[in-house]
Amino acid sequence: MNALKQYIDLFDQNSSLIEEQSPALLNTLRRVAREHLQDAQLPRKGSEDYEATDLEAVFAHDYGVNVNRLPFEADPANTFHCDVPNMSTCMYYNSNDTFHSSATAERNIGQVVVEPFSMAAVDYPEVMSDHYGKLANLSDPTVALNTLLLQDGLFIYVPDGVVAERPIQLVNIFNAALDMMVQRRLLIIVGKNAAIKLLACDHTQSPDYHYLNNQVVEIVAMQGSTVDFYDMEESTPLTSRVSSIYVEQHEGSNVLIDGITLVNGFTRNNYHVEVNGEHAETQLLGMTIASGNQHVDSHTFISHNAPHCHSNEMFKYVLNDNAVGAFAGKILVKPNCPRVEAYQGNRNLCGAPTAKMYTKPQLEIYTDDVMCSHGSAVGQLDEEALFYMRTRGIGIDEARRLLMQAFVADVIDGVRLDALKDRLHYLVEKRFAGTLSNCAGCLQACRKS
Amino acid sequence: MLEIKDLRASIEDKEILKGINLTVKPGEVHAIMGPNGSGKSTLSSVLTGHPAFTVTGGSVSFYGKDLLALSPEDRAHEGLFLSFQYPVEIPGVSMVNFMRTALNEKRKYFGQEPLSAADFLKLMREKRSIVQLDNKLASRAVNEGFSGGEKKRNEIFQMAMLEPRLSILDETDSGLDIDALRIVASGVNTLKSKDNATIVITHYQRLLDYIKPDFVHVLYKGRIVMSAGPELALELEEKGYDWIKEQVDAQQ
Repeated sequence: MNALKQYIDLFDQNSSLIEEQSPALLNTLRRVAREHLQDAQLPRKGSEDYEATDLEAVFAHDYGVNVNRLPFEADPANTFHCDVPNMSTCMYYNSNDTFHSSATAERNIGQVVVEPFSMAAVDYPEVMSDHYGKLANLSDPTVALNTLLLQDGLFIYVPDGVVAERPIQLVNIFNAALDMMVQRRLLIIVGKNAAIKLLACDHTQSPDYHYLNNQVVEIVAMQGSTVDFYDMEESTPLTSRVSSIYVEQHEGSNVLIDGITLVNGFTRNNYHVEVNGEHAETQLLGMTIASGNQHVDSHTFISHNAPHCHSNEMFKYVLNDNAVGAFAGKILVKPNCPRVEAYQGNRNLCGAPTAKMYTKPQLEIYTDDVMCSHGSAVGQLDEEALFYMRTRGIGIDEARRLLMQAFVADVIDGVRLDALKDRLHYLVEKRFAGTLSNCAGCLQACRKS
Repeated sequence: MLEIKDLRASIEDKEILKGINLTVKPGEVHAIMGPNGSGKSTLSSVLTGHPAFTVTGGSVSFYGKDLLALSPEDRAHEGLFLSFQYPVEIPGVSMVNFMRTALNEKRKYFGQEPLSAADFLKLMREKRSIVQLDNKLASRAVNEGFSGGEKKRNEIFQMAMLEPRLSILDETDSGLDIDALRIVASGVNTLKSKDNATIVITHYQRLLDYIKPDFVHVLYKGRIVMSAGPELALELEEKGYDWIKEQVDAQQ
């Protein structure tokens, strides 16, 4: 059985319909993706780079695909209340697979371009064709599938020298009344000496349906630019997500990518960073809080292709109940890249004996005169600290919560958006207390953890 | 307030406490002395409910309640406090968050509303001055990066905040210079009243110059082998423990 087959068949039967509704640019690459998928297989658990994760099983579910581009709810802002409000952001919504801007979008007018591919293909044809699909790797079958079925995406373009005044917030919502897979795609081009902060949050409004978000993000950080991309997931146990984020960094650029998982079902996050210019800085952060049967797998690859660059990577997991976490991080320093500094850390807390963590750090260095390190640890809550707190009258549950919150505090402090940092501390506190807004209808029962 | 009867406890099947008897009344200060390995710190751990120890016999009554049946946190709510010999560092948990949680959990236990932020900070300020801790303390993580003296002062600060009925000071003098010792001791003396009591566990007479005990007990091989007035501490300082050990070993 090949789970891809049902989607390839669907494409073959509807290819003209799909192509008619899409910008021509997407169709060119779509044909290439179709070829890549001809004999492709999704990785099974145990195959290379998938030690803990079975993608075949995730895609095998019979998801609906919105081939006909049926419109969903007109304005999701009316019914959906995001957990990260009031940040003075420019808010955009993505209801299942359809974009909506909101009144706040006008705040950045004249500075930053945020529009669907269908518009960008007309407004910025050259930028689009220069960059669409250039970083994403079609030999990854999930990326090829995204490219095959994609009908629209979101284009974010910050022209040279523009420093976006307000952060951009993209709220992705699942609320369709059927099991559904969507292809989400972002193309983010940040020009020379330009700067932008982006927050994407994934939410699921209907806890009763199975959803799969198969997402591809391409980020190009031009010379001297600064890019913050916060990618937060707060969904439901029936929501799956396969995300591949590709980043290309030019000289002197500064990029921060932060992946946050508070509630989910199944998640695989791939991060692929190509550092191509000198004096570039990369921060790659991850925080996972998982309980119940949550599954979160992060796979990172940072390739240092130029000298004098600095990357810092830290992923932290707190796992309870039967949660499974996985982290694999590879840092590559290519030949002739002296004075590269690259650090990687993965720290994990298993709060229950039934929780599982897989971790695999990897360094490959082909230049002398570099500073690189990796550290990986899996531990339990500090029993002496727990006892100390209890002797002060702090009950065992509260003491555990305080320690788990403390464990992830430094990753949250790495956030370079103060309002979001405060909000995350608050959300994490609520997450551990089991009182997140979507907890009422949630099956995870994280109240125990 | 506290009545310990024939208390026995072990760790990993090794019996450490072999029948402790001790009665403490409000307003009293008891010193427990004894050579290394006699079970002094085990006694404080067992009384506060450390999960590593198993009580194998005897009873402890605290204001009429069966202390051993209570969880460590409920023992704290009932008014038992331990100043740790080695206070634990808790990175990422700020002192202010730690203390507020502790205080509000106690208030919850007694059916009271949580303290307002303003009242809480006022209380912190007031109690901090007792042990001369500076105001940066609030934002720092619990005991993290504290000097030996700061850690012990921080223990007494927590004691001041929680207002226990019975405080056990476990080797509070260890790792302290003379100035810090004076500050800690004066803090303890400030908090002393006719309604609360203190058990001071120490190796040395030195601390007892500052915190005057009413009774001095010698713990040896898991039993209290001698009890007397404060003069016993002086005698121990002069003669050491060997004469007691010989007496006890001869009897066995």
